[in-house]
Amino acid sequence: MSGKPVPVPDADSRPFWDGCREHQLRIERCADCGTARFPPSGMCPHCRSSRREWITASGRGTVFSWIVVRHPVPKEMYAGEVPYVVALVELEEGVRMPTNIVGCEPGAIRAGMPVEVVFEDVSADVTLPRFRPQVPS
Amino acid sequence: MWTLQDKYAIAGIGHTKYSANSGATVLNLALEACRSAVADSGIQMDEIDGLVSYHFGDSVPSIAVATGLGLPAARYAVEFSSGGNAANLIVQTAAAAIEAGLARNVICFRAMNGRSGLRLGGGRDLNSRGVTQYTAPFGWITYPQAMAMWCRRHMIKYGTTSEQLGAVAVSCRRNAALNPRAMMREPITLADHQASRMIVEPFRLLDICLESDGACAVLVTSAERARDLRRKPVYILGAAYGGGPNQGDDLFDAIRWPEHAHNYAKYIATDLWGSAGVGPRDIDVAEIYDCFTYSVIMQLEGFGFCGEGEGGAFVQSGGIERDGEIPVNTHGGLLSEAYIHGLNHVVEAVEQLRGEAGPRQIAGARLALTTAGAMTCGSALVLRN
Repeated sequence: MSGKPVPVPDADSRPFWDGCREHQLRIERCADCGTARFPPSGMCPHCRSSRREWITASGRGTVFSWIVVRHPVPKEMYAGEVPYVVALVELEEGVRMPTNIVGCEPGAIRAGMPVEVVFEDVSADVTLPRFRPQVPS
Repeated sequence: MWTLQDKYAIAGIGHTKYSANSGATVLNLALEACRSAVADSGIQMDEIDGLVSYHFGDSVPSIAVATGLGLPAARYAVEFSSGGNAANLIVQTAAAAIEAGLARNVICFRAMNGRSGLRLGGGRDLNSRGVTQYTAPFGWITYPQAMAMWCRRHMIKYGTTSEQLGAVAVSCRRNAALNPRAMMREPITLADHQASRMIVEPFRLLDICLESDGACAVLVTSAERARDLRRKPVYILGAAYGGGPNQGDDLFDAIRWPEHAHNYAKYIATDLWGSAGVGPRDIDVAEIYDCFTYSVIMQLEGFGFCGEGEGGAFVQSGGIERDGEIPVNTHGGLLSEAYIHGLNHVVEAVEQLRGEAGPRQIAGARLALTTAGAMTCGSALVLRN
């Protein structure tokens, strides 16, 4: 994985990335009006409160839109990865998140497809939340 | 809303050769295009006291161009840190600056070595601060990758097809064949589009615009001043800039955008047509920002040339051809003329309204639309002769 972009956590995002490392999908929520938001930010865009809290999301959602990357850019980082899928996933908590869809053929992906988070430890410090088709329970 | 209907005009236009390798510095390209625009207008260079541009660190500051042109006073020399969505915004702010007394004659320019130098999207910090920390680590990095997500959403919601995208590419290339300054003039067919390799689904190679070296410039002055110059004035009738809610942290960030099957056009159309006092059916020629094929389809819908979700069928049935309901991108657009980041659309609209577009002239063109933007934010002008 060397050379690929890795997140650089900041004061707003650190709880999210720390959560990923612990294999928990943490979403920021306004402590006053209760609106969930992603990406995390210091202020609620609905009620402008600065009081925030973190919830652990269910990890389930649906595919809102997706692309299939065939041509690798930068080439040296992604030549061995293509084709890969980037998606916007809509979580049950009502926010959308960019991610990868793994564990299924790109051609099998459909809008609205139920997916669930799967954590991938890409290094000792960084875990990325990717999604795979939900396994029917 | 824009209230300067017909008070300001484009009095001169200029451009360099558009190529894949200019062999010149960006500064030199800018100077050449600006000198051409000033000479075209007949205004004396010493009377130029404003310069406006936009770029993402791939161009030159306006003061450098003022210095290179030897302007005695650069009262309003500014630039926006922006993508092509500002291509029409700079014309609006040039007029607004003159209205406010900040300057009298303002050049709007865009200069870049977008192929041989810093390519668009290059030079970004992928390690991965701000909103990029939520995108780049998943391999979501380039502009084609960003905008493919929007295009897919249009396909999901309205059933738009790759063949319909292809109709935009084919039409632009057909127009470029009539344009001596276009970089790509060899005709293509829908089969060529369908056979071009998949870059990032749903985009094939021929859904993606060119990368170009070059510069262009337009000179904005008062309608009063424009009336007794060398060229027939092209008046700025209407104008708008902006987007919807949740435009995000930067041009790439559309995580919170409400619905990617629509872009900025839907949100600024009311202001645009309201400011101009005309509607889409009055427009004779439309130069629509075409960084990717899909963006033409979304803007046709957003600005009301067809209904929501009907853009695919509209382009497929010939609605945007030279003899269609609304001729679009008569120069070949970013897809086939050159990628001068949308300002080349304004140059083309002015030539059309002057009746100087040669073999690609739309007969009797009186009103032109120019647009700039593909995602959350954009700008547009209604120009008239």
